[in-house]
Amino acid sequence: MKDKWRFSTNSLGRRLLLQLLLVAAVLSALLYLAVRSVANQAAIAAHDNILGASATAIAEQLTASEGEVLIDIPYSAFSMLGAISEDRVFYRIDSNSETITGYEDLPVPEEVSIRAAPHYYSAQFRDSDIRAVALERLITVDNAPVSVLISVAQTRRGQDAITARVANTAAALGIGFFLVAGLMSWLATRSTVRPLHDVAGAIGRRGAHDLRDLKSPIPSELAPLVNALNGFIARLRDTLHRNETFMAEAAHHVRTPLATVRTQAEIALRQAETDESRLTLRSVIRAVDESSRSATQLLDHAMITYRSDQLALETFNYSDLVAEVIRGLSATAELKDLTVIADVDANLEYAGDKVLIECALHNMVDNAIKYSTDEGQVDIQLSKVEAGIQFRVCDAGRGLGGSVQRDLTVRFKRGLNVSDIVGSGLGLTIVEHVAEVHRGCFTLISRSGGGTCATLTL
Amino acid sequence: MRFLLVEDNTDLANSVSARLKLDGHAVDWAADLRGADGCLAGASYDLILLDIALPDGDGRDFLARHRAMNRDTPIIVMTARNAVSDRVKLLDSGADDYVTKPFDFSELEARCRAVLRRRGGAARNVVSFGGMEFDALAAQLTIGNEVRELRNRELRLLEILLSSPRSIYSKAQLCDRLFSYSEAPSENAIEVYVGRLRKKLEGSNARIETVRGVGYRIIDQ
Repeated sequence: MKDKWRFSTNSLGRRLLLQLLLVAAVLSALLYLAVRSVANQAAIAAHDNILGASATAIAEQLTASEGEVLIDIPYSAFSMLGAISEDRVFYRIDSNSETITGYEDLPVPEEVSIRAAPHYYSAQFRDSDIRAVALERLITVDNAPVSVLISVAQTRRGQDAITARVANTAAALGIGFFLVAGLMSWLATRSTVRPLHDVAGAIGRRGAHDLRDLKSPIPSELAPLVNALNGFIARLRDTLHRNETFMAEAAHHVRTPLATVRTQAEIALRQAETDESRLTLRSVIRAVDESSRSATQLLDHAMITYRSDQLALETFNYSDLVAEVIRGLSATAELKDLTVIADVDANLEYAGDKVLIECALHNMVDNAIKYSTDEGQVDIQLSKVEAGIQFRVCDAGRGLGGSVQRDLTVRFKRGLNVSDIVGSGLGLTIVEHVAEVHRGCFTLISRSGGGTCATLTL
Repeated sequence: MRFLLVEDNTDLANSVSARLKLDGHAVDWAADLRGADGCLAGASYDLILLDIALPDGDGRDFLARHRAMNRDTPIIVMTARNAVSDRVKLLDSGADDYVTKPFDFSELEARCRAVLRRRGGAARNVVSFGGMEFDALAAQLTIGNEVRELRNRELRLLEILLSSPRSIYSKAQLCDRLFSYSEAPSENAIEVYVGRLRKKLEGSNARIETVRGVGYRIIDQ
């Protein structure tokens, strides 16, 4: 099959259109030939009738007298031929194979067995195509029958003109037919293929997390495809759901015992008698915190990498989001007696992937709180800038201690001056990744008076 | 404060109860949602600590039911899931706040205070000692007619000292309870806070006494 369709393409619509056009072209050619030949035949028949009438008119004037055939050619015999056009007319009348009058060299049919009906034929005469009629009459001369052959011919110029006109008309008709058929083929193809495009469009427009079945009305031919697709979507949904449930359960099973360990360690620390056991218990708690934090940030990092391929962009209220992030972390700030000063423009709306942005803002504020010295101040600013929207967090903590931003945003790499503080080395990587996928910019600079300013511009 | 702890893991429930009791709180424990409903029918609580994955249902359904019934006891969810979307969903479904397991009790306490302060409905638990009145929720000291604001560490220090007046607390003990485990503070930092709190207590009969070589205690002169 492949070889047969030389024009084969991967588009069903184009293939269908080409086939329909091919059919239309064949039909148009047939139409052209049929119209031309029918019209031609009709024209020839009409011409033949006149030629026949002319010959008959001449034949009716045949008489015999004194052993001779007499003929008096009537004017009307030629005038009726003149009605057709300016073509030249020839005639020849033979009696017993001897030309009595007319053009001796006018071709006549060789076999004269045409007594009954006139014989029509085409021939060449004096460099012109002619159409001629031959008619035989028997006339009694001196009681003997004499065969008289009457030939009337006319050049075919007028005939050819008519044929050419008919051919032009037929060609125009054929082309017109082809164009109309082509247009209809195109429309038919489009409407046939449209459901496919509709289905493709319905899937294409979906967000990354939309796993509902396809429900748009579809033609019965597409039903198996769409059913298979829906089956696949259902299986995918099921797998994702199971994965999610599994992750939740896994987190539950890991974090609940960790919580028990941490709580027990806190209780034991309360009752610790020696400095040695105190230090041990503190390091247990620290390790628990560290593993919990790493787990959270590893999951966040995985989530961000996964979501970056398919951002769920929406326009939302950044001011509310920032307020929510600050509220969520205010207890942590309070424990260190930090003053959090928020300078947030009201109702700033902007586009972004809300989950990713939340994660980035959370990490930035969390970092500022974590690295602030006790009773310090954290300044949080959200404002509209020319490029879009800017979120800035400044702390009065220890600063970057000589590390450069390029190093700190590398996975699992932490500053040189922070080994005493729990951290995973993923927070800034996450923020920078979020900035990157939103085509934004993340900068981290040391403040002159000590501390760090982190700025995320989207 | 009186807590209702809804948690199906016995080990965790026991240790959380024990830990809260150390701070002088009363704790009732329910291992599932049915038990929680039973407890709520029989007593009133200042706060509910709710686990999400429970044997007889999802904690979020409990939240929704709780809110639909117009019960106004604040709920803090203890969740093992820390994904951003989970956090947002929890607050949307009516939780007042959440802590992620494993959690820091100082942080839990700070969140409880913030929630209760926000709700404004909880009964004020004012401690009177040595001619001053201490309102932990409002972080205020009232001496005579004067109201003094306390910062978080001053507040926690006073709370610790007042939880057992006349008992002596060592610098190390105070350090463990005032500073996060993720930092390594020097014990001298305690002196700063003791100094400040002494200043705030001026004018009352309450006094923080240094027991040389042992630690500090609060006394009523």
